[in-house]
Amino acid sequence: MASSPSRRSILTLYKNLIRESEKFPNYNFRAYALRKVRDSFRTNQKLTDKKERITQYNLGVDNLDVIRRQIIVGNLYKSEKLVIENLRKN
Amino acid sequence: MFRLTKKLTAAFSKTAQSKTNNKVQSVLILVQEQRYSSTGQPGKFSVKHEDVGRPLYFDAQATTPMDPRVLDAMLPYLVSYHGNPHSRTHAYGWESETAVEKAREQVADLIGADPKEIVFTSGATESNNISVKGVARFYAPRKKHVVTTQIEHKCVLDSCRALEGEGFKITYLPVKQNGIIDLQDLERALTPETSLVSIMTVNNEIGVKQPIADIGALCKSKKIFFHTDAAQAVGKMPLDVNKMNIDLMSISGHKLYGPKGVGALYIRRRPRVRVEPIQSGGGQERGMRSGTVPTPLAVGLGAACELAKHEMAYDHAWMETLSQRFLDKIYSKLTHVIRNGDPEHSYHGCINLSFAYVEGESLLMALKDIALSSGSACTSASLEPSYVLRAIGTDEDLAHSSIRFGLSRFTTIEEVDYTAEKTIRHVERLREMSPLWEMVQEGVDIKTIQWSQH
Repeated sequence: MASSPSRRSILTLYKNLIRESEKFPNYNFRAYALRKVRDSFRTNQKLTDKKERITQYNLGVDNLDVIRRQIIVGNLYKSEKLVIENLRKN
Repeated sequence: MFRLTKKLTAAFSKTAQSKTNNKVQSVLILVQEQRYSSTGQPGKFSVKHEDVGRPLYFDAQATTPMDPRVLDAMLPYLVSYHGNPHSRTHAYGWESETAVEKAREQVADLIGADPKEIVFTSGATESNNISVKGVARFYAPRKKHVVTTQIEHKCVLDSCRALEGEGFKITYLPVKQNGIIDLQDLERALTPETSLVSIMTVNNEIGVKQPIADIGALCKSKKIFFHTDAAQAVGKMPLDVNKMNIDLMSISGHKLYGPKGVGALYIRRRPRVRVEPIQSGGGQERGMRSGTVPTPLAVGLGAACELAKHEMAYDHAWMETLSQRFLDKIYSKLTHVIRNGDPEHSYHGCINLSFAYVEGESLLMALKDIALSSGSACTSASLEPSYVLRAIGTDEDLAHSSIRFGLSRFTTIEEVDYTAEKTIRHVERLREMSPLWEMVQEGVDIKTIQWSQH
């Protein structure tokens, strides 16, 4: 059986997920991804069951790939920025 | 402006060719005047859109954006695996079939059903048609009565209308002021002739939840089939077809962050519910819905259902936070705002508000930065007040001033704040120029006024 992910690998995964999520071209997807990553890591911090920790870690790894692929797709078909995004720049 | 100058030059040239200096001067003056008037300060009541960009999406009951995770699951079947899931003779067919069967399991898992009880359709409209017409027609020799409500979606009501033309008796149950049916009314409506009861789980316009489990139990005790249109509810609230005694359930893909053009129908196998198929053909989906199952769409629906199962609690908490924040903001700044539908027994992501003394269409026009609707997308082209609002006894004037705010998984706090602030500003502006509002402020009761007929 695989061993429980180390603290260091969890932190790396977290950083990668946040870094990649910020690249979503779509405002709503970006905001959701960031919120979801932060909240999931916060709740999963309390997990004690080794098996569950591994499952959640692997889910994170899979999702990192999904995010990377979807950023590519999103960049291929970008749309105009939302009202709210233009506001913040001013 | 350009056209005007052109005409003027032509006119001038007709008079005197010699007075060139004079002509040029006049044109210049005219041009300048034009410019002055166009840069005039915006009036008090003008709707000037200082903000640029795409509008914010607040119409999650019409459709939801597809989750990137759903698209990620679908893409392989749009790009690489094109086989017909019904092809039994080669690998292309097998791989597609495996994917479709996995999706069927994911859908079944979300509602506590057996995968064999799930039929893929083109959407909730088709599922509703198969359920209502299919069940009624199959049991027609013995039972010719169907019970539904006045606030059902158009496709259920129209299916019932079609059945009426075929000689069926239909009872359209009224709803209480809060949009919920009276169980005693339902019990009284049921007869030994009744074959089907069709009541939606969550209303698409006012977000009201019906007591599905109670209705299911009642129908079971009378041995009547119970169909529920759960397009707005699946994935957003826990549903279990066995615990709730649901015999048929319609599911829509694009209301739960899945792809458009796909849906599912749950049909109970034990005790068996039989339907007369609407579509004739190759006999796919156990003969209930012929036609090739669209693999990528089915995979998308399955992925969306699995996600919804994992994210339900998380999304629900988010909806609650957002809707509370939105309502607090609106109620703190505006008076005479009425929430349509029961505030307790409703889905948080659907907020239907009536702003008294403001015309809904004008408000929608003013809120160009936000994608909103006054009700169902199917009837958004007409200016008629919604039949759902009429059914819950909303006054004609309030029904005209209703707006539905639909929140989704992807809505942010920033968006909610922006929308609330804009709504408050425009409602205040529109009220300020309304003579009715002025009269209300002076203490005149609008309802007592006798308007003269012209």
